Parts: sequence; structure tokens; C-alpha cells
Amino acid sequence: MRAVCWQGTNKVQVETVPDPKIINPRDAIVKITSTAICGSDLHLYNGLNPTMKKGDIVGHEFMGEVVELGRKVKNVKIGDRVVVPFTIACGSCFFCNRQLTSQCDNSNPSPWGVEQLMGYSPSGLFGYSHLTGGYAGGQAEYARVPFADVGLFKIPDGLTDEQVLFLTDIFPTGYMAAENCDIQPGDTVAIWGCGPVGQFAIRSALMLGADRVIAIDRVPERLQMAKLSGAITLNYEEIEVGEALKEMTGGRGPDAVMDAVGMEAHGMGLEGFYDKTMQALKLETDRPNVLRQAIVACRKGGTVSVPGVYTGLVDKIPMGAFMNKGLTMKTGQTNIHKYLPKLLEHIQNGDIDPSFVITHTMSIEQAPHGYEIFKHKQESCIKIVLKPGMN
Amino acid sequence: MELRVPSSDNSSDKLSDSERLGSLIVGGALVLTGLSQRSLLRNLLTVSGGSLVYHGVMGDKSLQNKLMEATTGLTASSLRVEKTVTIQNKSPEELYTFWRNFENLPTFMKNLQSVRIVNETRSHWAAKSPMGNSIEWDAEMLIDRPNELITWASVPGADVANSGSVRFTPAYPGRGTEVKLILEYSPPGGAITDAIAKVFNESPKQQIGEDLRHFKMLMETGEIATIEGQSSGRR
Repeated sequence: MRAVCWQGTNKVQVETVPDPKIINPRDAIVKITSTAICGSDLHLYNGLNPTMKKGDIVGHEFMGEVVELGRKVKNVKIGDRVVVPFTIACGSCFFCNRQLTSQCDNSNPSPWGVEQLMGYSPSGLFGYSHLTGGYAGGQAEYARVPFADVGLFKIPDGLTDEQVLFLTDIFPTGYMAAENCDIQPGDTVAIWGCGPVGQFAIRSALMLGADRVIAIDRVPERLQMAKLSGAITLNYEEIEVGEALKEMTGGRGPDAVMDAVGMEAHGMGLEGFYDKTMQALKLETDRPNVLRQAIVACRKGGTVSVPGVYTGLVDKIPMGAFMNKGLTMKTGQTNIHKYLPKLLEHIQNGDIDPSFVITHTMSIEQAPHGYEIFKHKQESCIKIVLKPGMN
Repeated sequence: MELRVPSSDNSSDKLSDSERLGSLIVGGALVLTGLSQRSLLRNLLTVSGGSLVYHGVMGDKSLQNKLMEATTGLTASSLRVEKTVTIQNKSPEELYTFWRNFENLPTFMKNLQSVRIVNETRSHWAAKSPMGNSIEWDAEMLIDRPNELITWASVPGADVANSGSVRFTPAYPGRGTEVKLILEYSPPGGAITDAIAKVFNESPKQQIGEDLRHFKMLMETGEIATIEGQSSGRR
């Protein structure tokens, strides 16, 4: 089959690799009809994860048709149309029992490394480095899905791939991030980052009853999309964000703040220079500009929600502000299995059509080009869907 | 917990009270079992049990090592690994029953090739070394407390004398069953820890931890998560 393989920093290639096969009794093989490039794939593309190996198949947002089943998978049939959560979960451990499926105890086959870094291992993830299991990803014609009896969700007729594909990651991720804001009537939520997760977070926060969402970015088309989603927008290159947020909230500050950017924040001026230097010297692995800003901007007693991905260490977090203002932080890879059925219902009810975020659709053969324009935000790129079947 | 002898840098690693208690219990049982049997045995067994008791009393690993050296004359290394996992939705009885049939152990212990039950207490074990050859030994079950504790040890003559114990303890109701595995390896004179490490893969601590985790995976999910055999573009 054809698959997008990571071959080093800034280098992915579409290669012919062996078709996946059933390995464990709870596996399934899915023939992929649509797959997407995620913002977090860019962290791998940019070479920030040292546990990537040349030849790893990437991609964790994919859906398709079931073509093969392990003998223990009884709840789906060959031919079923399914979406696949990017977090791999066994469905029966302590964490899965509590719907914390992104913390599954049993889906990372090689947790030894990540335990050194994090104490305990989160769940395995598709196509996301050997820190999280080294599973082959879904930017390919076929994928093997472990624990398929828990990890395949049937899609009812009448919905397009484009409407349901993002149930695999970014829609639930934006939704969980909004839920983590603990939104109360009258609340203002400030969201840094108007990429795909930020876009879904904006709509989710409004769905969950936020009075106002203020979205922060610098890319005009992303700010425009945020505005269409219902947010008030701020361009951080044109305005001092902290001051603006204070003024817009009657001097109180946003009730909740969200870092939907993560470890590769751009950062400006001296601070940005400092973080890039520290990262280059391997003195910090992640650049937390947004997290710093958000903590300082948040109102007293407010909530900091962090859907943006971090992998390692950060420097100079304003812990004094965090502690003295009595803030709460909520974060984590998304517990997709928990949110997926509810969000599928929202799509069916017409409450939201997730396809709004797509700016590019291309053949999987064009994936290397896709990574480039997504990384550099060229061609107004916000979200790319890859089609294995397309010429 | 991993113990390497001789070594000077692990004296700071004092045992917790519960670990000490665990050592006392397991060690005491090993000594009793060893002494109560007249076979020469079990010299080894008694020594190994004795060291565990001492270990428990003193809470100081280096003393165990000294005792081991004093009683065996071995200046070689000994290695002790202790690991615990919690397994959901399985009672001590279910877990004990699976483990009690030693022939099941190779399904989750990577380097074990086979275990054959010889009689009620005796079993024959075969493990593979990285060189591709097999090492074999007979083991005797020493304590069999249904649904609670199993201990075993190799009989004299094993290339790598070893002993083990596994304990099943119910956690708070609804929080699963805690499984504590303790394995100890005592090489013959002259051998060094690294040699054992080679026989039992790179890092025995890591390997045993993985084996126990595989036991948890198998019990909780019915299979062991793996990526061996999956596709990639590796050349």
C-alpha cells in the first residue's frame, strides 16, 4: 500500500510499504477513505520528538471501511463505515473504566521510555512516535486498529466523510478543552490559537454556554474563520493582548483561558528569542509563550485549559501568578471515546458541520506538499484532508 | 527495585516498612521451607531465604549482600527485582489460578520458552539467552497459599539459581487486585551481574517489569499490546 512515512526533520515521503495485517485477536484492518494532517503532526515534522524513527507511518485522524477483523471483534462487520479515535484504548483498565481513555494502561506496548519522562505512560496513539507506542498511523491506504472492538465507531448513513472525519481528534479535542473551561453563564473564554483545534474550541465553548469567546491569532484567514465561528478576534501582532483582554472584560480578565497552540508557540520579541535559543540548546524542549501569557491574563480563581500539545520540559512558567491567583489547570490528550457518540449526535442534529474547517483536499500522494503549506500557513491553509483513492 | 552487588551507591535506597515486612514474610517462609527439608537443598534456598529475612530486618541492602557473601563465599553479584501492578476486574482467585499453572508463565514472560509441570511441586523451566541457546533448570514450589501467595526456587545445580514469589492482594473494593512479583537471581561463583543481565536480556529490571505488565495486559484485555509485525517504511 501507499503510506506517508516520516524520514527525518521536514521530510515525509509517500512510499510503498507492506499492507497491514491482523496481529492480535482484537485487531481490525480499515481501508482508509479519508485522513487528515493534524497540527500536532507538525511537531513530528519539525523534528521535535526524538523518538520518531525513519520509516514510521504517520497520521492519527482517519476513517474508512472495515475490511478485516480479528476473531474477537464482534461488534462491527466487514464493510462497516467507521471513524477511529486517535487515542488507543483497551476499554477495560482502571482509566478506561472511568472514561479516561487517553490514559489507557494497556495500549502502549513500550511504556518504559515515557515512564522515565512522565512517571506513568498515557495511552498508545496512532502514528505519534515511539513514546506513545510506535503504532503505524493512518495517512495510508490501510491501517491496523488494535482493540478495534473499542476503537471503531460506526457512522450512520447520510453523513459525508468530511462531516465525521474530525471526530477522530480535533472536534472532541476542542470540545474537551471547552468543557475543561468549566463554563458558567456569563463567562468569557479567551482562546489562544485559531488553528483547527482552536476553531472547534470556539464553537464548543459557545455550544456549552459561554457568553463570549475571544480568539487570538495573527493569521488573517484563521482570525476570519474564528469570527465566522462566533468569536471576537484579536491579532496579537497588532494589539497588546493582555491589556486588551483586561479592557474587554471590565478589568476582571477572562474567566477561562485556553492554550490551543502548545509547544511551538511563535512568541515575539525578546521572549520568543529566549525560548527559541533555549530550545535550540536543548535546555527546554517546548516553547510555552502562550501558556505564560494565558496564566497571567486569566482572572483570579479562573481556569486554564491546555489542549495544545507539550511533550517535555518548559522554562519560566509564571507559577507565582498561577498559585497566588488560585487558578486551576486542566489538560490531557483527549478522551475521544467518551465524547465521540455525543458529538456525532450533534453533527446528526445539524448543530455543527465540522467540514467548515477544511481548506484543502488532496491525494495522499501530495502529502509532502500538504505538510509544507500547512507548516508555513501558505495558500491560506488551515486543514488538509488526504484522500488515498484520489488521483 | 533492583539490587546489584557489590555496589556502594545503593545504600541510600532504604526499604519502606511495607517492603521490609514483605521481605520478612517471604524470606521467613523460604527459610522455614528450606530448613524443614533435609535435602542438601536447599542450602541455596536457605541462603536465599536467609538473606531475604536479613534484608527485611536490617532494611539495608548492603547487609544482605554481605550476608550472602559470608554464607555462600560468593563474591559474585546477586540481583533482586521487585515489581507491583494493579489489575482491574480480576479477583485474587482468578489471577492466582492462572499463575499457579506455571505452564502459563511463558505466555507473558518473554524470555521463558516453556515450563513443564513434573509433579505437584516440581517443574522444569527453559529460557532463551540472546545467543540463541537455551538454559534449563528445575524449580520447586515452596509455598502455595491459594489465592494469595506462590513462591518457588530453582533446585541446586541450576546455571543461574533463582527464586520468585508472587502475591495477590485485593486493593480497596472496586480498585482491583495488587500483584507483587519478587524475583531473585544468584549466579554461581565467578559470574558477574552483567552476565546474568545478558542471559535475561539487557536490563532484568526492565524485562521483569515488562513481563509483569504483560501479565496485566493479558488479564485485563485478553491480549498483549504489540507493534511487532506491523507495516513501516523502514529500509
